[in-house]
Amino acid sequence: MTRGDGETGAASRTGTGTGSRDRILARVRTAVADAREAPEVTRDYLTTHTPDDPAAVLDLLHENLAEYRALVHRTDAEGLPPLLARLLAERGSATVLAPAGLPPEWLGATDAVRVQDRPESTAAELDAVDSVVTGCALAIAETGTIVLDGGPDQGRRRITLVPDHHICVVRAPDQVVASVPRAMVRLDPTRPLTWISGPSATSDIELDRVEGVHGPRTLEVVLVSD
Amino acid sequence: MSGTFVGMPAFPEAARDAVGNTTLRANLRHATHTIRDKRAKAVAELADWQQLREAGKQIKNHTLRHLERYLVQLEESVVRAGGTVHWAADADEANRIVADLVKATGEREVVKVKSMATQEIGLNEALAAEGISAYETDLAELIVQLGRDLPSHILVPAIHRNRGEIRDIFREEMGKWGRAAPDALTDSPAELAEAARLHLREKFLRAKVGVSGANFMVAETGTLVVFESEGNGRMCLTLPETLISVVGIEKVIPTWQDLEVFLQTLPRSSTAERMNPYTSMWTGTTDGDGPSVFHLVLLDNGRTDTLADEVGRQALRCIRCSACLNVCPVYERAGGHAYGSVYPGPIGAILSPQLRGTESEIDASLPYASSLCGACYEVCPVAIDIPEVLVHLRERVADRGGKGHRLEKAAMKAASWAMDRPGVMAAAERAATRTRRLHPKKVPGTGAWTDSRALPELPEKSFRDWWKGEGR
Repeated sequence: MTRGDGETGAASRTGTGTGSRDRILARVRTAVADAREAPEVTRDYLTTHTPDDPAAVLDLLHENLAEYRALVHRTDAEGLPPLLARLLAERGSATVLAPAGLPPEWLGATDAVRVQDRPESTAAELDAVDSVVTGCALAIAETGTIVLDGGPDQGRRRITLVPDHHICVVRAPDQVVASVPRAMVRLDPTRPLTWISGPSATSDIELDRVEGVHGPRTLEVVLVSD
Repeated sequence: MSGTFVGMPAFPEAARDAVGNTTLRANLRHATHTIRDKRAKAVAELADWQQLREAGKQIKNHTLRHLERYLVQLEESVVRAGGTVHWAADADEANRIVADLVKATGEREVVKVKSMATQEIGLNEALAAEGISAYETDLAELIVQLGRDLPSHILVPAIHRNRGEIRDIFREEMGKWGRAAPDALTDSPAELAEAARLHLREKFLRAKVGVSGANFMVAETGTLVVFESEGNGRMCLTLPETLISVVGIEKVIPTWQDLEVFLQTLPRSSTAERMNPYTSMWTGTTDGDGPSVFHLVLLDNGRTDTLADEVGRQALRCIRCSACLNVCPVYERAGGHAYGSVYPGPIGAILSPQLRGTESEIDASLPYASSLCGACYEVCPVAIDIPEVLVHLRERVADRGGKGHRLEKAAMKAASWAMDRPGVMAAAERAATRTRRLHPKKVPGTGAWTDSRALPELPEKSFRDWWKGEGR
């Protein structure tokens, strides 16, 4: 797709506007030539606002997820399969989409037909799926956020977007961090990242919050403790 | 309000119309007061807010000081991650690049996630002229587009519309663009959002090309970031085969770690939430997940001119949170359209005249669209001293001369001459005190400001005289 064929040096790595590249960079250089040196960034802000107590951090995650209208459930490893089966049954889901790397035992107790996440499946096919179940990369307690990074138990970004019901499983305490700075050091920016805080919502009409505009209308988070 | 920002009357005339529109004022008052109260609570949760604010300011200042280095690093990182980088000096060049990229795909439709930069350059109109339909997918932007209207707020572009107006627009216009609104559509926000969901879903599911902006670009990694709430952004960023992002050069930040500051300050300042529902981060392309082709168009369009101004360049720190709009007494009464730009409110009053220059009547009037109360500076999460830049731009406009501005310039010169000479100042104050009963209540002939305001009464003694006498 590169359209700067035949040009040399740095410009050949770019697309159109290669003349403008040099012009813009020259203008930038001139604009700040006489500017004072900007000091290095002072990072004296806090790395967390929460005491280092795993139980308290988990409670805070639960509280903040619920305040942003995610439905939160708690269980242990043994209770997870029956809980997932119950959540799918209560919603009347006949089909459930799951990424290839989801532990098979998680969906061991449900009658819902498992649909595979295939690269060739179309958005319209995804639209016809009732529910999706995934893991996550981590969850952030202070903001009530789950983060997906496309790992084997999370799948492609679109599978947690198009179906109307998303159940996300968070393993505590391993996958729970207190704060945004604590999350950043654990995430890999080269992967596609999706941060989710509550279900899809809009406040564009008189600032009245309405859930479910385009993303899933229902987000359920299952906190699984060791 | 409909049509285009080009040829807008100057701020005082546009504001006069808006102030007379009681529906508009009621819509705006309700919205700005709701959000400003929520924001104060969200900010109060973080004990280190001032440190985060200072760090945000420093990160942006450092980036702007070394912008060339970080833009080149960003380009290398995006290319390494599988993207293609284009450079656009102005709106025309950016529009031409995007139109050519869309045409090369063979498509004639694009879905768009809300982007200030593409509004600034008039991309939708430019694509329409090339036979390409651009569909806005943010609910508020959809309302604006269907209503052939203009955005009036950075975060909530249809803030000037109430639910009844939105229902009427959906009923009348949706069918012309795609799936029509249901006949029985009421004005409940849930039903209106559902109508938008169904209308847009058919567009998302067939879209082959997506167009976005970005809130941040990380030079170190080549990562782009979009903050949103509805999921329309995720749709545009992941379902199409080709993604084209148009981003101002000032949106770059140096490192991945820098992002942690803005992930904390932007949502709380803009939507008053601990975190917005969806944040997407992508680095070039990922095999089997999302678009297989990614183009980044880096936009100047007046930003390097702004960078060259030592006082005005701080406006480039703006992260488009819109907190300054919601606290501004002038914005609350005048509405966003009066600013004649996609950037309304206090930040628009300093950004637009710098990006576009002050030659036009509207741009020359914008630095005066403020009472200099300072509330905008107090809430700004990157500490832009908006009043300072306003005064600086007023000087620039006044230096060029023109009606009204010459008078102000003369008055300021006289005042600074007197203030530099203590004896003259004291004599002038005493003279003013002695003649105070003769002073008019209003100054005739000096324009709109004094027509509607009484002058303050002078005290019996000047402060200096009081201080010399019983004051001590």
